[in-house]
Amino acid sequence: MSDLLLKIRGLKIEGRSDETWNPIINGIDVDLKKGEVLGMIGESGAGKSTVGLAAMGYTRDGVRISEGSVEFDGVDLVKASASVKRSLLGKRIAYVAQSAAASFNPAHKLIDQHTEGPVQHGVSSRAESEIDGIELYRRLRLPSPEEIGFRYPHQVSGGQLQRAMTAMAMACRPDLIIFDEPTTALDVTTQIEVLASIRDIVEQFDTAAIYITHDLAVVAQMADRIKVLLKGDEVEEADTRTMLTAPTEDYTKSLWAVRSFERPAKPAINVNATPVVSVRNVTAAYGTVDVLHDVSFDIHAGRTVAVVGESGSGKSTAARCITGLLPPRIGHIEFDGQQLPLSYKQRDKSQLRQAQMIYQMADTALNPRKSIGETIGRPVEFYMGLKGREKRKRVEELLAEIELEPTEYFNRLPSELSGGQKQRIGIARALAAEPQFIICDEVTSALDQLVAEGILRLLAKLQDELGLSYMFITHDLATVRSIADEVVVMKDGDVVEQGPKKEMFKPPHHAYTDLLLSSVPEMDPDWLTNLLQERGVDNIGDAAVDKM
Amino acid sequence: MAGLLGIILQRLLLGIATLFAVSIIIFVAVNALPGDFAQSILGQGATPEAVEAIRNQLGLNESPPTRYFKWLLGAVQGDLGIPMSQALFQSFTGSSTGGDVVTVFDQIIPRLKNTMFLAGVSAAISVPLAVTLGILTALFRNTAFDKAMNVSTLSAISSPEFFLAYILILFLAVLNPVFPSLSNIFPGMEFGDRLNKTMLPALTLTLAVTAQMMRMTRAAIINLLASPYIEMARLKGLSPMRVIVKHALPNALAPIITVVALNLAYLVTGVVVVEVVFVYPGIGQLFVDSVKIRDIPVVQACCLIFAAVYILLNLTADVLSIISNPRLRHPK
Amino acid sequence: MNALVWILGGLLVILAIAWVFRFATQKATDNKPYFRDMPLSVAFGYVFAAAALLLSIWYFFQPKAVDGIPSAGVIFFRWAIIGLLGFAAAAWVFRTVFRNVGSENSKKLFRSMPLTAAFGVMIIIVYAIVSIFAGLIAPYGQEEILGAANVVAGGDPAIGGNPEYPLGTDQIGRDILSRLIYGAQNTVGIAFITTCLAFILGGTLGFLAAVLGGWLDQLLSRMVDALMAIPSLIFSLLLMTIATAWAGSEAWLVTIYMIFIIAVIDSTRVFRLSRAVGQSIVVMDYIEAAKLRGEGMGYLIFREILPNALAPLLAEFGLRFCFVFLTIASLSFLGVGIQPPKADWGTMVRDLSPFINYASFAPNAAVTPLLAAGAIALLTVAVNFVVDWMLHKSSGLKE
Repeated sequence: MSDLLLKIRGLKIEGRSDETWNPIINGIDVDLKKGEVLGMIGESGAGKSTVGLAAMGYTRDGVRISEGSVEFDGVDLVKASASVKRSLLGKRIAYVAQSAAASFNPAHKLIDQHTEGPVQHGVSSRAESEIDGIELYRRLRLPSPEEIGFRYPHQVSGGQLQRAMTAMAMACRPDLIIFDEPTTALDVTTQIEVLASIRDIVEQFDTAAIYITHDLAVVAQMADRIKVLLKGDEVEEADTRTMLTAPTEDYTKSLWAVRSFERPAKPAINVNATPVVSVRNVTAAYGTVDVLHDVSFDIHAGRTVAVVGESGSGKSTAARCITGLLPPRIGHIEFDGQQLPLSYKQRDKSQLRQAQMIYQMADTALNPRKSIGETIGRPVEFYMGLKGREKRKRVEELLAEIELEPTEYFNRLPSELSGGQKQRIGIARALAAEPQFIICDEVTSALDQLVAEGILRLLAKLQDELGLSYMFITHDLATVRSIADEVVVMKDGDVVEQGPKKEMFKPPHHAYTDLLLSSVPEMDPDWLTNLLQERGVDNIGDAAVDKM
Repeated sequence: MAGLLGIILQRLLLGIATLFAVSIIIFVAVNALPGDFAQSILGQGATPEAVEAIRNQLGLNESPPTRYFKWLLGAVQGDLGIPMSQALFQSFTGSSTGGDVVTVFDQIIPRLKNTMFLAGVSAAISVPLAVTLGILTALFRNTAFDKAMNVSTLSAISSPEFFLAYILILFLAVLNPVFPSLSNIFPGMEFGDRLNKTMLPALTLTLAVTAQMMRMTRAAIINLLASPYIEMARLKGLSPMRVIVKHALPNALAPIITVVALNLAYLVTGVVVVEVVFVYPGIGQLFVDSVKIRDIPVVQACCLIFAAVYILLNLTADVLSIISNPRLRHPK
Repeated sequence: MNALVWILGGLLVILAIAWVFRFATQKATDNKPYFRDMPLSVAFGYVFAAAALLLSIWYFFQPKAVDGIPSAGVIFFRWAIIGLLGFAAAAWVFRTVFRNVGSENSKKLFRSMPLTAAFGVMIIIVYAIVSIFAGLIAPYGQEEILGAANVVAGGDPAIGGNPEYPLGTDQIGRDILSRLIYGAQNTVGIAFITTCLAFILGGTLGFLAAVLGGWLDQLLSRMVDALMAIPSLIFSLLLMTIATAWAGSEAWLVTIYMIFIIAVIDSTRVFRLSRAVGQSIVVMDYIEAAKLRGEGMGYLIFREILPNALAPLLAEFGLRFCFVFLTIASLSFLGVGIQPPKADWGTMVRDLSPFINYASFAPNAAVTPLLAAGAIALLTVAVNFVVDWMLHKSSGLKE
């Protein structure tokens, strides 16, 4: 027998929509040796999860393998009977899903779900596998490993659940584990520790793995080899270092290049100038719980202020206070030196016009029943009073401004656009009000990297042309690096640190900023190893946050 | 556990509040009767004495709030007043209260028992049937079996109860005399005989309720089977049986219980028409008869009982689904 | 008891055949995955269905009469099967025609339509035509009392029919066909008006509650909760008691009151739905964007929310119509709904129901009450089929 553990040949997969079968994967080969980790990357719709599942001989409802073979240790999983597949799944091939919270059964304790595999496959007894489970929890550095397994899934945090799921996959000591975007749903500081523990345990047990992700920097830490997919086709495959330093295909090169976009620094702010928007000592509450505590920062003309923080840090709440959707309990907002009424209901048309917003999810930000012309035309008519031909002309100008062909897109509905195009329409709608200031709420986080880069470049261009000020809410430090002038770091409703970007990315900084910055994966394959050495094993992720 | 008990207590209080609100609605509705209804009952030719007697009998001379609280207080103690027919009779014979008075309570209780029996038999047939079929259609969804079931259940839901009733009478009583088409139930009947006579109304209700219950069960199970933890269980190489029993069922319990309780609550409505078709001596028939002769105390009482049962069943569904939710049972 | 043993025995035999069937197909197809992984339950299903089909065909071709006595079971069974196949064929023809005739959009619509939905659309169109043009179609007036009473349906004089009255006459000699046709106008028309009223009332309040929120939402929602705690048929019966007292001897007033009563009761359900739909739309970012733009309430409701709520509301309209229609039919059946002498299906079922007892020796006489009840069922089935299809389509074929 060859030393190949998994051999996929000419795999073609089809998916059903509108009563017909359409190709999703057009013939892919995979070779995986024992103990080897293959990283599979691609944008959404590349079919990487489908291939991952197919490597287990499994397809979701409405998807089928039409051609090719998936040989695992000499057994073709495409042709194998259900019972043969069952005897391999869980025992020799295991799966770690993206959302651990949804993939654990809410009705059973973690340890019960952990021991189920070994007991059902006859690998070990319940008592043995319970002891082994606790040992795995310890190796994965879960807090209080003896008792965490006896909790229900909803009693455990997301990052811990993800590690518990890795432990569950390890329960039978499989030869192959499929990791399907295991850290995508996690915050950066939590991600580190999950990555580290996954990598260690895979090394310790010499398990082969397919690691699926859209994040290049993550895959660089985890994989021995990388395979790039695009729309169901393989683009190229090489070992990690070669792939990072010398990609051969254009598509791969463009993916790599995204990370290098950075705007030139602007001259220092004139301290005497009146800021466009000024948040003054704002404390705000949902119900009786304060979610913002005494937050102050300024946004100057023609500048981009990035507000950075993890989920729950209060960055979006700050935006809601500025727009007046959530009137602050204490403090106020100034616009051009004038105090604004706290609630948007009391602001007049021109005050409303001056501050516009672009949303994270372009899908919910555009009315699905309105054509592009109507969506952009409404603020033109509402604020500028333009009608008929003049209105149409202005909408077409705006469409040209966001680099969409005016005549082609004017009558389309949002459902006929791609994600990036929808986001551009959101920008055009904000521009139509001819504002001075725009809030961008995670505008690129739902987009693929190449598309996101296009949006960032467009925003930068518009700022240069129109002198706009941006408040840029994001959790992604790469975005901050490429577009921000000033940075505000938030945590648990407080501003931890603020200042010009140059200073922020240079030490010394506040401990939390430091943690946040250092947790962002870099493309260097040695980054994780170095970082762990630097921090020391006990001082990563949750543990580090808790110490502050 | 304190949290869970708190939530349940809250629901119970809400249920009682709703029942209270419902009693007000019923009372107000009844008092919207035009003019002096003592007069309208007796007709234009009645003597003023007779009208006055009725007014006293029904307590119409007191203010509405007083009457409401008296009624409510009485209802809580099981005193629902006397039927209009009795009041009329007494007003003509001139006898005051006392003697052999058949109160509303006396009239309703035996019939309520009959209705409970009918509903019980229907539930005993329909619940296991619906849950089994619901699970089967969910497991074999989009097969010919599923589609056939879909069409037949939709048809059953769409048909009025009396249509189903007459079809059953046609096939099971007239063409093939399996069960009697008239349900003359009386106290002291043997159980087997009683069951036999209750069968056709029970089957009608079963048809009406099973379809709805089955569709809802199917939807709940399909929803459940699509969840990632079921996929995870399959990917762990567990047998299909184990996936269902160990992973799907514990989570399916809450939705299924809700579905069952909601549909039992629906039985309360369905019972009225079915009882009339089969001349089944239950509370539904009493209600319809009282509506026709405008016997207000009886109508009021029946309405309150129907509403109470309905609220109780909805409340049960609510509480059971709270209890079966692991997130609430094992708080953080 | 005997019957139970027979049934159980039959099922066991089917199970055994199913096992043999699966074994045979596995051998015959050289273990094709479909048969190899087939659970016994599926094989059982196939054999069971085949057995039921064979039994039906056998029963269908049994003689219609034995020794001059009609075997009513066979006759009713034939009617049912012929009716079922007839409707299916009609729906198929209807769909085929509209797949090739009409605008591009309608052609596309019919191409993606399952047979059940096509059947639904066809029936709805037929009912609409009949109810609008009842006066032209019906051979006699709805209240017209004709010469002969109790004429049997079918028009065969040998068994007491009369070709002038194809569906026979009722106990006091009114033409049943005409009354069925006028019944469409009365019952369907009144149900339609009632549903529209319920939607205007419940929909408006529901959207207002969703958009405004706050105390208005609380107040309306609590009121609706209380009203919905009384089963709707019971509540309508209670209110109808009062309505008949108010109406006195004016029978038409009862109908008017009934429309309002049912509309109000039903509007609570509409309120719930439109509030929920409204709320799911109100949290969308494009609503927030419109609010921040400074748009007024009217623009928000009519230009932003309503266009997005139309699809679910339309489906709900179908379901609510069925519900209202069935409630009215039930009330009429119980004798407190649409008042005679107006023709109405619910009342007709009640009046004609004694005929059903003649089924075993005069099937043609027994069929009339079922025709009226069937007319009700047919429309609700049709609407439900269409709604089911619409909901399935809008759910994006998730399954």
